[in-house]
Amino acid sequence: MPDFEKNQKYLKAEFEKRILIIDGAMGSMIQTYELTEEDFRGERFKDWNILIKGNNEALNLIRPDIVEDIHTQYLEAGADFIGTNTFNGTSISQADYAMEDLAYEFNLEGARIARVAADKMTAKTPDRPRFVIGALGPMNKMLSMSIDVNDPGARASTFDEVRESYKVAARGLLEGGSDILAVETIFDTLNCKAAIVSLHELRDELQLDFPIMISGTITDRSGRTLSGQTVEAFWNSVAHIEPMSVGLNCSLGAELMRPHVADFSRIADTLVSAYPNAGLPNAFGGFDETPESMAAQLKEWADAGFLNLVGGCCGSTPAHIKAIAEAVANVPPRRVPAIERAMRLSGLEALNVA
Amino acid sequence: MTSIATFINIGERTNVTGSAKFKKLILGDDYEAALAVARQQVESGAQIIDVNMDEAMLDSKAAMGTFLRLIASEPDISRVPVMIDSSKWEVIEEGLKNVQGKAIVNSISMKEGEEKFIEQARIIRRYGAAAVVMAFDEKGQADTEDRKVEICTKSYQVLTKKVGFAPQDIIFDPNIFAVATGIEEHSNYAVDFINACKRIKETLPHASISGGLSNVSFSFRGNDIVREAMHSVFLFYAIKAGLDMAIVNAGQLAVYDDIPKGLLEAVEDVILNRRADATDRLLDVAEGFRGIKAAERKADLSWREAPVGKRLEHALVNGITEFIVEDTEEARLEATKPLDVIEGPLMDGMNVVGDLFGSGKMFLPQVVKSARVMKAAVAHLNPFIEAEKAKGGGSARGKILMATVKGDVHDIGKNIVGVVLQCNNYEIIDIGVMVPAEDILKAAKEHNVDIIGLSGLITPSLDEMTYVASEMEREGFDLPLLIGGATTSKVHTAVKIAPNYLKNQAIYVTDASRAVGIASSLISKELRGDLIEKTRTEYAEVQQRHAAGQTARKSLTIKGARANRFANEWQGYTPPKPTFTGLKTFETYDLAELAEYIDWSPFFQTWELAGKYPKILTDEKVGEAATNLFNDAQDMLKKIISEKWFAPKAVIGFWPANSRVDDIETYTDEDRSEVGTTFHTLRQQMARQGDRANFALADFVAPKETGAADYLGGFVVTAGEGVDARAKAFKEAHDDYSAIMVQALADRLAEAFAERMHERVRKEFWAYASDETLENEALIKEKYQGIRPAPGYPACPDHTEKRTLFIALEAEARTGVSLTESCAMWPAASVSGFYFSHPDSQYFGLGKIQQDQVDDYAKRKGWDEREAKRWLAPNLG
Repeated sequence: MPDFEKNQKYLKAEFEKRILIIDGAMGSMIQTYELTEEDFRGERFKDWNILIKGNNEALNLIRPDIVEDIHTQYLEAGADFIGTNTFNGTSISQADYAMEDLAYEFNLEGARIARVAADKMTAKTPDRPRFVIGALGPMNKMLSMSIDVNDPGARASTFDEVRESYKVAARGLLEGGSDILAVETIFDTLNCKAAIVSLHELRDELQLDFPIMISGTITDRSGRTLSGQTVEAFWNSVAHIEPMSVGLNCSLGAELMRPHVADFSRIADTLVSAYPNAGLPNAFGGFDETPESMAAQLKEWADAGFLNLVGGCCGSTPAHIKAIAEAVANVPPRRVPAIERAMRLSGLEALNVA
Repeated sequence: MTSIATFINIGERTNVTGSAKFKKLILGDDYEAALAVARQQVESGAQIIDVNMDEAMLDSKAAMGTFLRLIASEPDISRVPVMIDSSKWEVIEEGLKNVQGKAIVNSISMKEGEEKFIEQARIIRRYGAAAVVMAFDEKGQADTEDRKVEICTKSYQVLTKKVGFAPQDIIFDPNIFAVATGIEEHSNYAVDFINACKRIKETLPHASISGGLSNVSFSFRGNDIVREAMHSVFLFYAIKAGLDMAIVNAGQLAVYDDIPKGLLEAVEDVILNRRADATDRLLDVAEGFRGIKAAERKADLSWREAPVGKRLEHALVNGITEFIVEDTEEARLEATKPLDVIEGPLMDGMNVVGDLFGSGKMFLPQVVKSARVMKAAVAHLNPFIEAEKAKGGGSARGKILMATVKGDVHDIGKNIVGVVLQCNNYEIIDIGVMVPAEDILKAAKEHNVDIIGLSGLITPSLDEMTYVASEMEREGFDLPLLIGGATTSKVHTAVKIAPNYLKNQAIYVTDASRAVGIASSLISKELRGDLIEKTRTEYAEVQQRHAAGQTARKSLTIKGARANRFANEWQGYTPPKPTFTGLKTFETYDLAELAEYIDWSPFFQTWELAGKYPKILTDEKVGEAATNLFNDAQDMLKKIISEKWFAPKAVIGFWPANSRVDDIETYTDEDRSEVGTTFHTLRQQMARQGDRANFALADFVAPKETGAADYLGGFVVTAGEGVDARAKAFKEAHDDYSAIMVQALADRLAEAFAERMHERVRKEFWAYASDETLENEALIKEKYQGIRPAPGYPACPDHTEKRTLFIALEAEARTGVSLTESCAMWPAASVSGFYFSHPDSQYFGLGKIQQDQVDDYAKRKGWDEREAKRWLAPNLG
């Protein structure tokens, strides 16, 4: 297990000094290896009766070399934090491949691979330790949305199933050596709240005070999460976990994400993170932002005082992360504001009782 | 979008303990009406809604979860936070599991001791909610000022020091009790509460205070005026003392300044306990206000006294044709030229209609009625305009060509959009149904139109629209292309149509109400560029998401899917035998009988009114529009029946049948040796979780190898000849409202016919459910045994199976219904499908299928790859 107390001490001092760097996309990097169905199956899943090409988490068992290689590229590009290859690693997401029973193993191995990569880099630059973020991605089952047009009350899953599923994944991530757990790409806040309950439980059960990052996603120009909340309503819903950081990832690309990151920067009494996509998807499914253009935009946010952590999501590459890290290297980090104490409730919108 | 509130109204009506009406709705399982109560609360100003399901006759835990999930689907309700109100902990926890926002728990207290209190507070903290803490401990509920403050202080210490509960998330409820009860000790209860508020605010930082307001006036039940005055007075003083929020009926609060003076003084004496005889005095005053209700308004004809321009506007907005000719004539006599009447008062009136429709204050049937009034006025003016040799209608905003594409006969939606656009002063060139691409393009050039709109209902029309788009590209058209109709979608338009027409832009139009906004942006030079640019960006995103969705979706091989087929227990199952095999024709059918089987909800959907029948008739928002529409429909239906406007016909058939893998073979006789017709079905290929099977319709017929003697049925029913001619006649009489109405009713009658025939099949012809007794509503909800899936619908999306079915049923000769090249039925008000009898047979959606099944299916159908792609397109990636 990492020494959480020592980490915290180092990070606290470091966050006062500079904007720290998160890595970029895992999925689009894996695609560059052009793996086939057979590559994904390896020996272990040779006879699996469902097509598994695209199940990136399986690579944690089948091709750990590729996953580690990608982590190393990001570390060399200047990332302080690398996210584990476990975006779809919960049992609920894995059920599509009938691999729900492998969820713990995928997360355990995903964390171990990242741990090895981070430790190798830390050994090379001991004054700049690197950290593993255990990634808890979204699920394909949403607790706030109906699955049946004729029955708006119907749900694909229950709160307790989601909580249990997150818990298994989180346990694997912690036991594999994650320094931090991140609930990320959240599009349904109720799923996130179930994750938060499971993390509270794990803190009690394992007697570990691990830090937590929360990162939502805004899916369209409405400026709301998929489940309909505004940024502030979302923050009011999740602030009780007292996360190390809160922010946005994936979403719309930097340009359209800016006002929402600005919102977090204004309202959150904790660190703010942003790791957008490399621009909007173009007609061919690629992403248009070059490392230079993306870095220029994020530097502008940093100059505006929005950021404590920055990185990239879909479409970003080690070249993007390198450019971003260089761009924000000398920009002072956001100061965490003191926020007035008030009861801050929410439905889809925030209601602050002054 | 963020509210900062100083005093908060908590809606109290969604509480079974406080509202008899809400309780009745929940006990009666009428959640739709219960949601309306919640919506009304928010609309009348509740900033939080209190939800309470504590009722002995109820599974309170389940009801809490269900109601909160339903609220989550209603953004106009769920925008506000929820107060989860229960005295049962398990109900509270269920509530916490079903709200994404930060809620308030109401309530916890130390009444069962400190330990339990701490445990519950810890759990609430994990879920991230605030909590109401009652001034209640093991000794009981606090009534005096000192006890209230003492218990709140103790609770505060425990929560902030032992639990780590944030003080700003604590809301004290120091108990509001009834005053003026006649009992001496109760007189000071309001004062005790108000004083306690002051002390809590001073000594317990960041905590809030709340209370249940209606308690205070409990002794004046039945006298709303006095109760409302008591509430207002109580709030006036308690808020000054520090009350932050209260559970109130936001619609039932008197305005403090409006309270009659004598009443105000008597109420203040009671609340503030100012004199010993305060209660008696208030009782005296109260007598005078008992049972008073607001005066009712009467409908009148006073609008007839307004100037002619206003009268025309009133007639247009309210859809009144009664005086339109005389008013139009009066306006014509006042005007310099007849055209000025159209461009002046009539267009002004239609603009009002357009604005009201655009802002959701008028609904589609009303707009179509407005159009009828408009057309009547224009018809009156036309001869004069002609006589003046003025250029008629030259001032239209723009010309729009509309057509239902080749192979498709459905045009209700297109007609509605056309009428709405006409209302907004567009010239509509409607070239009808089944129009081939070259005719569309030719007409567009001929009329020099500004926009082309394509409509279609069946899935093959999607391909045809794509083809029209590519032809426009090839011929160098540079006009916006609007896409609409039931099976069209933004995704299809973005992914399949738009990329084929890059010279300009294909735009998906959700419904008639959107058409006007889009058309006016496209006509406007200033707005056009923006809209097209915005659409392009949006569609690029849609394409991307679609592409991403493709790779993410998990599928089985067709072999794997067949291995997971729906496994009926055929052993020991004897399929029911129909009373006859072969065909049976119904040359004509009693329309009155069919009318009883109409499912009205889709009828309202046709008119873009959302809601279920019959509740829609009393809906707060659209109820009035729906009721008027329904009355008009009933009137026409009566005529349809008594004057025999339509001639319904049907054919049904049963054949000995067995399944072979994914095909269903029917046999020429009971020997089952000679195959008559083979129907081909498609199988779901999505990866399944748990016990869910991968369905194909063939699964519901006994496989050949079981040796069981099973059967398959088929049917074609039609409202028959006559519909089209009627609609045309109405149109020619400038009455689009009735034209659309007659088509919509014909559709409903055809569906009702299918329902009725299916019932007779179950009870009489296949006779496997001869003792079935179901009301129409149960029929609509498909609560019977067996199914009647239709080719072209989700369980069997391949429309070409209709051709096979029509041959087997000799349908064209027996019913007069024919198929177009896209397999649409003509006349359009017709329904066809299969009958399956197996008790486990059920409807399902095929979903996406994979190349291996496409190849297999093409081989079975004798198709080449191009044809397979064409017909199966909606189910391919």
